[in-house]
Amino acid sequence: MIHSLFLINASGDIFLEKHWKSVVSRSVCDYFFEAQERATEPENVPPVIPTPHHYLISVLRHRIYFVAVIQSEVPPLFVIEFLHRVVDTFQDYFGVCTEAAIKDNVVVVYELLEEMLDNGFPLATESNILKELIKPPTILRTMVNTITGSTNVGEQLPTGQLSVVPWRRTGVKYTNNEAYFDVVEEIDAIIDKSGSTITAEIQGVIDACVKLTGMPDLTLSFMNPRLLDDVSFHPCVRFKRWEAERILSFIPPDGNFRLLSYHVSSQNLVAIPVYVKHNITFREGSSQGRFDLTLGPKQTMGKAVESVLVSSQLPRGVLNANLNPSQGAYTFDPVTKLLTWDVGKINPQKLPNLKGTMNLQAGASKPDENPTINIQFKIQQMAISGLKVNRLDMYGEKYKPFKGIKYMTKAGKFQVRTYQHFLMVQTSM
Amino acid sequence: MLESNKESLKLEAMKRIVGLISKGKNASELFPAVVKNVASKNIELKKLVYVYLVRYAEEQQDLALLSISTFQRALKDPNQFIRASALRVLSSIRVPIIVPIMMLAIKEAASDLSPYVRKTSAHAIQKLFSLDPDQKEQLIEVIEKLLKDKSTLVAGSVVVAFEEVCPDRIDLIHKNFRKLCNLLVDVEEWGQVVIINMLTRYARTQFTSPWREDAMFDENNEKAFYDSDSEEKKGQADVKTYIMDPDHRLLLRNTKPLLQSRNTAVVMAVAQLYWHLAPKHEVSIVTKSLVRLLRSHREVQYVVLQNIATMSIQRKGMFEPYMKSFYVRSTDSTHIKTLKLEILTNLANEANISTILREFQTYVKSQDKAFAAATIQAIGRCATNISEVTDTCLNGLVLLLSNRDESVVAESVVVIKKLLQTQPNQHSDIISHMAKLFDNITVPMARASILWLMGEYCERVPKIAPDVLRKMAKTFTVEEDIVKLQTVNLAAKLFLTNSKQTKLLTQYILNLGKYDQNYDIRDRTRFIRQLIVPSEKSSTLNKYARRILLASKPAPVLESAFKDRDRFQLGTLSHSLNIKTSGYQELSEWPAVAPDPSVRNVEVIEPVKEWAPSVGKAKQSKSEDKFYSDDEEKEENASDSSSSDDSDSSSSSSEESGSESEEESNEESEKTSSDSGKSSSESETEPKNNSKKATRKKKPADSDSDESDSKASSSSAESSSSSVSDSDDDSEPPAPQKKSNVKARPKVEVKSKKEVSLLDLDDFSPAPMNAPKPSVFSPSLLSDLEGLSLSNVSSAMQVTTPSFGPMKTFELLHHMTGKGLSAKYHFPRQPCLYQPSMVSVQVILTNGSDHTLEEIHVGDRSPASLHIHCFNTIERLEPRASVTVSMGIDFSDSTQAANFQLCTKEDQFSVSIQPAVGELLMPSTMTEADFCKEQKKLLGMNETSATITMTTANTSSQTINKQVLSVANVGVAPSSQNNFHRFAGRTVSSGALVLVSLELKESSSALLTINTEKSIMASMLLQDLKQALTEA
Repeated sequence: MIHSLFLINASGDIFLEKHWKSVVSRSVCDYFFEAQERATEPENVPPVIPTPHHYLISVLRHRIYFVAVIQSEVPPLFVIEFLHRVVDTFQDYFGVCTEAAIKDNVVVVYELLEEMLDNGFPLATESNILKELIKPPTILRTMVNTITGSTNVGEQLPTGQLSVVPWRRTGVKYTNNEAYFDVVEEIDAIIDKSGSTITAEIQGVIDACVKLTGMPDLTLSFMNPRLLDDVSFHPCVRFKRWEAERILSFIPPDGNFRLLSYHVSSQNLVAIPVYVKHNITFREGSSQGRFDLTLGPKQTMGKAVESVLVSSQLPRGVLNANLNPSQGAYTFDPVTKLLTWDVGKINPQKLPNLKGTMNLQAGASKPDENPTINIQFKIQQMAISGLKVNRLDMYGEKYKPFKGIKYMTKAGKFQVRTYQHFLMVQTSM
Repeated sequence: MLESNKESLKLEAMKRIVGLISKGKNASELFPAVVKNVASKNIELKKLVYVYLVRYAEEQQDLALLSISTFQRALKDPNQFIRASALRVLSSIRVPIIVPIMMLAIKEAASDLSPYVRKTSAHAIQKLFSLDPDQKEQLIEVIEKLLKDKSTLVAGSVVVAFEEVCPDRIDLIHKNFRKLCNLLVDVEEWGQVVIINMLTRYARTQFTSPWREDAMFDENNEKAFYDSDSEEKKGQADVKTYIMDPDHRLLLRNTKPLLQSRNTAVVMAVAQLYWHLAPKHEVSIVTKSLVRLLRSHREVQYVVLQNIATMSIQRKGMFEPYMKSFYVRSTDSTHIKTLKLEILTNLANEANISTILREFQTYVKSQDKAFAAATIQAIGRCATNISEVTDTCLNGLVLLLSNRDESVVAESVVVIKKLLQTQPNQHSDIISHMAKLFDNITVPMARASILWLMGEYCERVPKIAPDVLRKMAKTFTVEEDIVKLQTVNLAAKLFLTNSKQTKLLTQYILNLGKYDQNYDIRDRTRFIRQLIVPSEKSSTLNKYARRILLASKPAPVLESAFKDRDRFQLGTLSHSLNIKTSGYQELSEWPAVAPDPSVRNVEVIEPVKEWAPSVGKAKQSKSEDKFYSDDEEKEENASDSSSSDDSDSSSSSSEESGSESEEESNEESEKTSSDSGKSSSESETEPKNNSKKATRKKKPADSDSDESDSKASSSSAESSSSSVSDSDDDSEPPAPQKKSNVKARPKVEVKSKKEVSLLDLDDFSPAPMNAPKPSVFSPSLLSDLEGLSLSNVSSAMQVTTPSFGPMKTFELLHHMTGKGLSAKYHFPRQPCLYQPSMVSVQVILTNGSDHTLEEIHVGDRSPASLHIHCFNTIERLEPRASVTVSMGIDFSDSTQAANFQLCTKEDQFSVSIQPAVGELLMPSTMTEADFCKEQKKLLGMNETSATITMTTANTSSQTINKQVLSVANVGVAPSSQNNFHRFAGRTVSSGALVLVSLELKESSSALLTINTEKSIMASMLLQDLKQALTEA
C-alpha cells in the first residue's frame, strides 16, 4: 500500500517525509520534479507518475504537493482519497494547511500520520477518533501542558474505534445543545455567447455542526426529497431508511461534518440567477480592443446577489486594460493576463458595469480567441433547487436542542463563453 | 537532554528529533540514548520513541534488540490499546532476528479478545511476510483463522493481508464469501475497497458469465426455468435461461448501496465490480455515481475520467445521457480536458454529433494550444467514425487551415491527411487548397503531410503537384528531415506518373539528397534512384517501381487511445498507467462451468430456500407466486404484454389484467403445451407490428363468425382469436364487441375477469377496423353507433369505421427523459368509450429501466379546461414490461396539444399529445346523393380547395384512398365517376361534417376540395392531404 509520503512546497522543496515501511530515498521525487517541469502549470502535473521501481501518486492542495510512494498495485483512487483525507485532517487540526502550519506542528503531524496509517493501510481516518487519540493543539492546551507536564496523547483506545458508531465520541457533554445545518448549493453552468445555457447542474451539500450531549438520534426530512437525484452520505446515515422513506436518519458525529452531498437531476431546469451582457471585441489592424461587461440578476426570487467576483483570462496579446467599473474595483495582472473584478453586491436598480479599452501588443495580430468569463456569487437564504428541509427531530435524549437551518446558493464552476463559433457546423446543421 | 531525568525535557528533545526525521536528516547516532526511553511512562514520549525506533531499527539492529523485551511485556498489558501499539511497533521493526518472536506475537494477537488487537495482528502479518517470506505457510494459517473473524474491524485488514501474502489461495475465501458480502456495508471504508476488489477477482473465477448472448426470452423457456430448482431469482436474471448464482447476486446486491459512499475509492471499486461482474443491463446503475465523482478533486476526476473513457468505448449508451457533464471548462487542467475530449469523442454518434461538434468548435479556440490540437484530432476521429459528418468536418478543418496559430494549422493538416486517405475520391479541391496554403505553413509535420498527400494523389492534381515539387526543389536544403524525405517521395511518385515534366526536377532533388547530412535521406535517395531511374542492372525492380510506390495504402484507423485499456481491471493502478504494475493480479476470464457452489456453504445453512420440483405447472407457478412477488409480477407482465398489449377498452389496471392472465395461463397450461406455446409465441410478435397482425387476424375472424353468430352477442366476430378463444367460447358468451359496448365499460371489466376472448379482442383492437366493410356492417352495430353520437343526424350519414387505418405511433415520453419510463401513443381511430366527444388515444407504457415503476398515473393537466379521461393508476410496472392503456381526450376540434403530467411514484414528467387534424374526425358513410347535397350546403366560405399535382402512378383509387385515410379518419363515400373520390367524416367533438372530394384532371393534376364549417380545420386538413397526396 502506501510506502512513504513526501510533502513538497511550491518552490520544489521537500519539507516533510514519512515512511511506513522501509525508507525510500527522497531521490524518488526527482521523477516528480521532472514531471513538474514538463507541466506548464501546477495543476497539470499528472496525478499518477510511474518510475522504474515505484509509482508516485500526488495531490495538490493549498499549493502543497502530497506525494505518496507506492510500490505495488493499489487502486489509485484509494491513495488519492486518503491523501485528501490527510489534508482535511490537517486543516481540521491546524485551521489552515500551509507549509508553516505543518512545520510548526511537525510532531502532531507525525503522530497523526502514525495513527492514520499502519504499514501503509489506513487505520483511523475519522476525525472524531483521531481527536481522541491526539488532541488538537490549542494555545490553552499548550500552556497547560507545559505547566503540568501532561500530554496531548490519549492513553486509552478511542471508544469509537470499537463501537458500532465509530464516528461518534462517547460521553459528549454540552451545556448548550445545538444542531445547525447549512444547505449549500452550487451552480455549475456553462453559458453560451448568446446567453443560452449549454449545461447547468446543481450540486448541493448539507454541512452540519452538531453539538449535542449524549447519543442523540436525529431524523431530517425534506419537503421535496424527489429533487435529490444522486446522493452520497456520511457513513452515519442509515441507508435503508432513506431508500424506503426518503428520510435521513442518523446518529451524528460530534462537531462539524458533511452529512450529505447531492446532485439535483439535470432534467429539472436550472434557474440561472445572474445574466451577463458582454461585448469584448478586437479589431483587425488596431492595437485596441473594446471591453464592456454588465451583470444583472434574474430569477433570484427577490434575494440579493452578493460577493460577486468576475474573473477572466484575457488573451495573451493583451498588454494592459484601461477599464472603468461602475462599482467595486478591478485588477489586471499583466503577467498572467488575469482580469478580476470584485463587484460586491448587485443592485438591480443600477447594474454593475465594467467598460473600457484593452491595449494590445503593438503589431500583434488580433487574438483568435475570446476569453471566458468566470463568475462567483453568493445568494443567502435560498437554495436554488428549491430544496426545503421539512423538520428535524431528535430521539434518544431528553433535552430540547436548538435547531437551525441555513440556505445558501453559490456559483460553482460558472462560466460564460464569449467565443464566436466558426462556420463549420452552423452552415451544415 | 535525553539523559535528563525530567520528563518534559526528554519530551522536548524527542520532539526535536522527530523534527529532524521529518526533514529527512539523519538522527541515527542518537539511537542508544533514545532506546533507553522506550519504557517511559509518559505515553507521548513513548510514542515518539516508537516513531524513532521504527525509522532507524533497520540500521541499528543490535541496539534495537534492547527494546524488544519492553514490547514483549507490553503485549501482555491489560489495556488493549497498549497491546495493539506494542504489536504494531514490534512488527514494524525490520530486524530479521526477531522473526520468531513476531510470529509468536501475531499468533497470540490473532486470538486476542479485542478486535482492535486482532486487526493489528492482520497488519502485522504483511509486515512479517515482507520481512521473511519463508513464513508464508504459517502466516496463511493465521490468515485463515482471521478470515473467519466476524468483526467488521478485522475484515478489511485481513483481506489486505490475504491479498499481499497469498492472493492465489482462493479456496480460503469460499467459506467466508457470504459473510464478507453481508458484513461489507459495515466495514470501514478502506477495508471496503480492498474487499470489493478481492471479491471481484473471486467472483470471476467462481461464477459463470452473466453476459451470455444466447440468453433466451422465450416464455416456454421461462416456464421450464421455473421448474428447475433454482434457489433464488431476482431482478432480470430470471428472464433468461441463464441462472445467476445466488451468491453472485448476493454480491451485487450488497455492494450496490456502497455507490452512495462519500469515499470515491469505494464508489469506484463498486463501479468496477459491476462493470466486470454484473449482467450488461445492470451496469448502467453505476453511471450516475461515477458522474457524481467528477465533482470531486482534480486528481479524482483524472482517475475517474480515465475509467469512464475505457467504459465509454464499449458502452456508449451508459454515459450518453450525461454527455453534458463532460463538457470542458476553461478552468480544467489540460489532462482533464483531454480526457473529457476523449470521452466526448467516444460518445459521439449520429444523433448527438452536431451538438458535440458545436462544442468542439469552442475548444478549437481555446487558449490552451495542446488542447486545441487534441480537439482537432478528436474532430478527425468523429469524422471517420460517423460518415454523415465527414464532409462537414473536412470543410471545417480546411477552414482551420487559415487559422493564425501554427500548431492548429499543423494539426489540421495532419488530420485532413488521414481523413483524405480514408476516402480519397472527390477531394482534389481540398488538396489543391492545401497546396496553395503550403507556402504559409511552417510546421514540418504539416508540410510533410501535404507533400505526402500530393504524391499520393498526384494524378488527381496533375498541374499542381509538379509545381509544388518545383518549389520544394528550391528550398530543399533548408527543410527539416521529415520534409526532405517526403519531397524525395513526391519526386519519385511524380517521376513515375508524369516523367515528362518532372524528370529534371527529380534528378535534381535526388542529387541534393545524395549529399545530405542525414544518412536516412541519403539512404532513401539511393533506394529511390535505383528503383525509378531506368538502368541496365536494376531493370527487374524497375518494372515494379510503379506498383511499389503507388500501391494503394490502407487508410489509417483513427481510434481511441483507450482502446486496449480494458485488458486491465478498471480502477487499478495498471489501468491508470496502462502498464502492468508489480503485484497486479489479472482478472481471470469467466469459467465455462461454474465450480461447485456448495464450497461456499457454511455449516450453518444459509437461509436459501430450495423448491422441490412440483407436479403440475399451475401449482408450481402459484406456489412461487406466493413467495416471490417479483416473479409473480414478472410473469404477469409477461403474459400481460402478450395478451393485452394493445388493450384499450378494458382499461383495467395492470394488476387486474395481471390476475386475469394469471388465471388464463393456468388454464392454458392445463391444455396441451403446444397450444400455449403457440399463443405465446404469437402474442410475442404482435406488439411489434400492428398492421401485420391485423392482416393475420382476418382469417380466424372470418372463420369464427358463424360460430359466434349463434351466440347471443352479435358482433364478436372480429374479436375471437386463434385457438385459445375457441376453447373458451363455451365457457361464457363472448363479451360484447368493443364498438358496441361504449357505455358498458364496467361490464367489460367484470367479464374480463373470466374471459380470455376479451383479452384477445383487446389485443387485436386494430383488427376490427379492417374486417368489416361498410356494406357488410351489421345493422345492430350501426344503430348502436348512431345512437351514441349521431342521433340527430339523418340515417343516411352514419358514422362508420374506416376501412383502413395505418397506425402512426408517436413518442410521448422518451425513456431517457422518463428515467426508464417510456410512453408512446397512437390514435386507434375508434369512437371513444368514455364520451362521444373524446378522441381515444392509446398509450403504450414501457418500463425500460431496471427497477419497478410504481403508481403510474396522470397528474396535472393543462389547459385546465381540457377534458381527459385518464387511465386507472397502474400500480406496478416491472422492468422491461409494457402495458397499454387507453385515454379519452376532448380536443374540442382544435389541434391544440393536450398537456398533462405522467407521474410515477417518484417522478413526474410533463408530456403532451398533439393530435393531427385528421385524427379529430370520425368517418361517416353517406351516399353520393347525400354527399352532393351536403356539399352544396357548405359552399362559399365553407369551401377550401387546392390544385395538386400527382404522379400518374398514384391516381389509382386504391392509392388515393390509402393516402387520404392515412391522413384523416374519414370514410369513403361511393362515387359514380372514376375520376372523382369522395370522403366524408365528422369532427369528433362538435360533429360538424367534413367532406373531402378529389377530382382528378388530365395531366396528373387534381382538384382537392374540402367543405366544412370549421374553416381552420379545413385549411389544416387541406395542407396535410396535399402533402400526403403529392408525396406518395
